[in-house]
Amino acid sequence: MSDFQRALLQVWYTNKAFRRNPAAAFFTLVFPIMFLVIFSVVFGNGKIEVARGVTVSVATFYVPAIATFSVITACYTNIAMGLTFSRDAGVLKRTRGSPLPAWAFLFGRIVHAVLIAVLLVAICAAFGAIFYHATLPTVTLPAFLLTLIVGAAAFCALGMAVTAAIPNADAAPAVVNGSILPLLFISNVFIPLQGAPAWLDFVSKIFPIRHFADAMVGSFFALTGSGLQGNDLLFVAGWGLAGLVLSFRFFSWEPRI
Amino acid sequence: MVTSTAIEIRGLHKSYGAVEAVRGIDLTVSEGEVFGLLGPNGAGKTTTVEIVEGFRRRDAGTVSVLGFDPATGNRKLKVQIGIVLQTTGIDAYLTVAETVDMFRSYYPSPRPRDEVIELVGLTEKHDSKVTKLSGGQRRRLDLAIALAGDPRLLFLDEPTSGFDPGARRSAWEMIKGLATLGKTIFLTSHAMDEVEYLADRVAIIAAGRIVAEGSPSTLAGRQKAATIVKFQLPAGGPELPEQLRKGANVDGASVEMATSDPTRTLYDLTSWAVQAHLALEGLEVARPSLEDVYLEITEDAAATGAKQ
Repeated sequence: MSDFQRALLQVWYTNKAFRRNPAAAFFTLVFPIMFLVIFSVVFGNGKIEVARGVTVSVATFYVPAIATFSVITACYTNIAMGLTFSRDAGVLKRTRGSPLPAWAFLFGRIVHAVLIAVLLVAICAAFGAIFYHATLPTVTLPAFLLTLIVGAAAFCALGMAVTAAIPNADAAPAVVNGSILPLLFISNVFIPLQGAPAWLDFVSKIFPIRHFADAMVGSFFALTGSGLQGNDLLFVAGWGLAGLVLSFRFFSWEPRI
Repeated sequence: MVTSTAIEIRGLHKSYGAVEAVRGIDLTVSEGEVFGLLGPNGAGKTTTVEIVEGFRRRDAGTVSVLGFDPATGNRKLKVQIGIVLQTTGIDAYLTVAETVDMFRSYYPSPRPRDEVIELVGLTEKHDSKVTKLSGGQRRRLDLAIALAGDPRLLFLDEPTSGFDPGARRSAWEMIKGLATLGKTIFLTSHAMDEVEYLADRVAIIAAGRIVAEGSPSTLAGRQKAATIVKFQLPAGGPELPEQLRKGANVDGASVEMATSDPTRTLYDLTSWAVQAHLALEGLEVARPSLEDVYLEITEDAAATGAKQ
């Protein structure tokens, strides 16, 4: 068996464990739809200008916005929490003591997270098309998919990196949500940023969520020819790379006591 | 038969900040041997084992495990060893069979799955999820995982802590069985009876140093140490004869005698008692237990360690 086959087997076992915990699997899959419905209901059927001269209904806007949120939950949140729990339970240490290459183990977790992210985005898009008259991207589909994959990979890397800042599994939800929730509110994901103060706009642009959300929205509504928001995507990739470098340096395979 | 060396440690040192956890350890474990490392908490036992297993870096000294330096994380070494850690971390939602299969996939020539499961006595739990296993069954799954790659060398860190007496006994039989398969076993434990039953050779570590090494029955001159004879003397009965009284420690009715010649002492004592028509209530003959030896050595070492 080659190491690549071993890595693929890790994806398979990760998926098996995921499906064996139906409550967790159900909420992972339904959570984004809940947000999509709630935000659409709360913020009504107003119009929103996603780019100069491009106006869409708020409900439609939420389709790529909540798709963005789905990717972040499936990748950043789940990777960070899952790895911290595995680390505290000693699963990582045991794996470290086995001949399985570290990359093959992480490949299993990361590829599984990306697959879940893709599934969630598909669910969001289908739900949006059926209930909110969202037009699915066709011409810009390649750009949308590229944005999705780059974002998913970057947020997996960041999820891996943040485990270094999480002292133990009990602290995981606080650290993970604390690092992500405020940004979700100021990054054009939960609330469309219209007429927000300039400093808030500036702050949100320091972090990758805003750029990822803008790239998702841009490619979903075909705001440019190909839909590709190159600069935003590069910014997200840069953060992902930083996450990867930090993971190489600080990732721990043993519980931190 | 030429025995080759499985583990060789020379001049091992490791400090955590200002704390010197390991202060120059030399150990040799031969292939096919069951070796027990004993020591109180904080003596440097776990540090030593984890350096040998490849989890920790050493500050100084050389370590060779099956000819490899464990610090390099060489896969050629990792495929030949199995590790049972003190804490059990297993993915909760896979079954016993899936877990064993997953770990088997990491090794070039794994042991057949059902054979591994049978070896640890989990055949009836073959398709049970890890969440449904009892603590003792999880511990056995730990061992199954360590055996999945058919290792030459097995590390067992307190393998039966938390077991009930029956489970403990069957785990011991299982470990004995592995030893007869020719596996080298490096065992750490707090339980003296466990080490005495399983290990061919033991070393006691205290304050970061090896303070005694030998077979469990001869450790620290245990076989030559004084035997203790205990019994009760009825009040108002005859006095002990002169030659028995020296070396005897009388505390009310209880008498305790230390002797280097127990055969002679018992002969003298019992022939006197029979002639005097005395029943020696509670007569006991005890050799110093491994635990006695262990406690004496580690207390001495802690005392000298504290002075340094």
